[in-house]
Amino acid sequence: MLHLKIQQTRPTTLDVELSCEKGEVLALVGPSGAGKSTVLRCIAGLQSPQRGSISCKGETWFDSETKVNLTPQQRRVGMVFQNYALFSHLTVMENIKLALDVDKNLQLQYGERLLEQVNLSGLEQRYPHQLSGGQQQRVAIARALARQPEVLLLDEPFSAVDKVTRRKLYMELSTLRRQLEMPVVLVTHDLDEAAMLADSLCVIHQGITLQQGAPEKVLFQPDNIAIARQVDARNVFSGQLVEHENTLKLKWHDYLIDVDNSATFSINQHVHWTLSPSKILLHQRVRKSRGEYENPVVGKICERVTLRGITTLFLEIEHSNNTRLQMDLPEHVAMRNQLEIGETISVSLLAQAIHLMNK
Amino acid sequence: MSLALLTCLSLLPIGLAIAYFLAKSNFIGRGFIEAIITLPLVLPPTVLGYFLLVGMDSNSFLGSLFVTLTGQSLAFSFVGLWFASIIYSLPFAVQPMLRSLESIAPEIREAAWCSGLSKWKTFFKIELPLAWPGIITAMVLSFSHTLGEFGVVLMIGGNIAGETRTLSIAIYDSVLAFDHQQAQSMSLILLAIALVTITIVYTFNRKQSRLAAF
Repeated sequence: MLHLKIQQTRPTTLDVELSCEKGEVLALVGPSGAGKSTVLRCIAGLQSPQRGSISCKGETWFDSETKVNLTPQQRRVGMVFQNYALFSHLTVMENIKLALDVDKNLQLQYGERLLEQVNLSGLEQRYPHQLSGGQQQRVAIARALARQPEVLLLDEPFSAVDKVTRRKLYMELSTLRRQLEMPVVLVTHDLDEAAMLADSLCVIHQGITLQQGAPEKVLFQPDNIAIARQVDARNVFSGQLVEHENTLKLKWHDYLIDVDNSATFSINQHVHWTLSPSKILLHQRVRKSRGEYENPVVGKICERVTLRGITTLFLEIEHSNNTRLQMDLPEHVAMRNQLEIGETISVSLLAQAIHLMNK
Repeated sequence: MSLALLTCLSLLPIGLAIAYFLAKSNFIGRGFIEAIITLPLVLPPTVLGYFLLVGMDSNSFLGSLFVTLTGQSLAFSFVGLWFASIIYSLPFAVQPMLRSLESIAPEIREAAWCSGLSKWKTFFKIELPLAWPGIITAMVLSFSHTLGEFGVVLMIGGNIAGETRTLSIAIYDSVLAFDHQQAQSMSLILLAIALVTITIVYTFNRKQSRLAAF
């Protein structure tokens, strides 16, 4: 298990705490310049924070109190750099052999096994410039694994390849990670990428850890409005909790909305709230269903965008000063229900999916 | 010829050490250090020769130390000329080496460290092979530059046959003695060497940019 708690004020502010279990993929997400790569460099020993500690597998790699600071060579980290940092004067096999810490007679066998693991068999004698971006990334991963690392660090590994290759590599990494037994830390600014590949997300903003948790939790139940903004939560509004017929309800403009998760909040408290666009239910126009009694709101479609089979509707909600609500639904549902711009539709805000945040 | 060979071989470790130090460091006086190394490039050879002559005088620290150690004068000797050639050709060795070492992205070194390579191993297995086009350029340039040395040699070498006479001074002497035949053949040798040198330099520069561009 990897555990890190580091702080520094120079050259950039850093106050980060995170942990990553064996076999777990932890994604560090946040905007450019948030300090994600600095954290990775601190783990690798390429940079030292002012204060704190870093330990992996029970071994202390860095501790400002006891003045322990192992070199990158002593730490056993596998690092995949953003531009892969392959040794251009060496072949694929030589790149891997260089990182192998095994008997010379076994190096070839180990190297071939690693190349097989990353689907690169047959390209042993190629030089990096003779490989595609995707193949280069695989060599970089194989070289990182050749070190038999105690932690695998991936610094924006997909940023240097085109979209088609990227999608292919996602699948490969997803398969590969099931075979890995060490903690894997992935740095990315792409939330979709992080949600797809990681077991856990850690949101970093201006060098500070805001929240760490399962992707579903961080993306749809952020701890506060700052995190909601960082994870690009699309429906974020303000409201007030009021008592109505002995239950706590969310007063939002003219609506009194049922919320399931309000136990930690009090009456008359002003709150922020968010709701995933995929957790808004479209009411059938012809056949009414039970769900229609749950937080029904009416709105006019003012914008409609379809991407990869998902249609996003922007609704101007009635009696809410034209507040805009975003909802996602499959493209075929939007087509079948003839949801065109200008149409007025009725939807339900699922009480269970409404997430309240302290204001 | 032997002076050029000796100078260029001496400049390999000296130039490499200076270039490596400069490539790695980013201190305030770096520009000044680089300027001092590059100075022989812009300074008239006679001016440089004059300062070296003063520095090698038996009354100076360096000159007297040499006399104490060897019993000979540093000025007007082959060793003195060798020392002067190293100073004179230093920018030709340091600059290409420095540029090629600087063109290696920091992540390459870091990737080597993360792969378990010590700093020495990283230097010999990664940095040196990646910088070799620049090193070859440096060697070729300092060799041919020493071969064609004139002003500095005249100032501190004194044109002693078999000791401190270089090819370019021999050409000068031949012309003064109206031996145009010999002057011509020697000039052609220098011309050929210059042409080969420049071709090698351009070829390796292209190799360097290919390695760096990756």
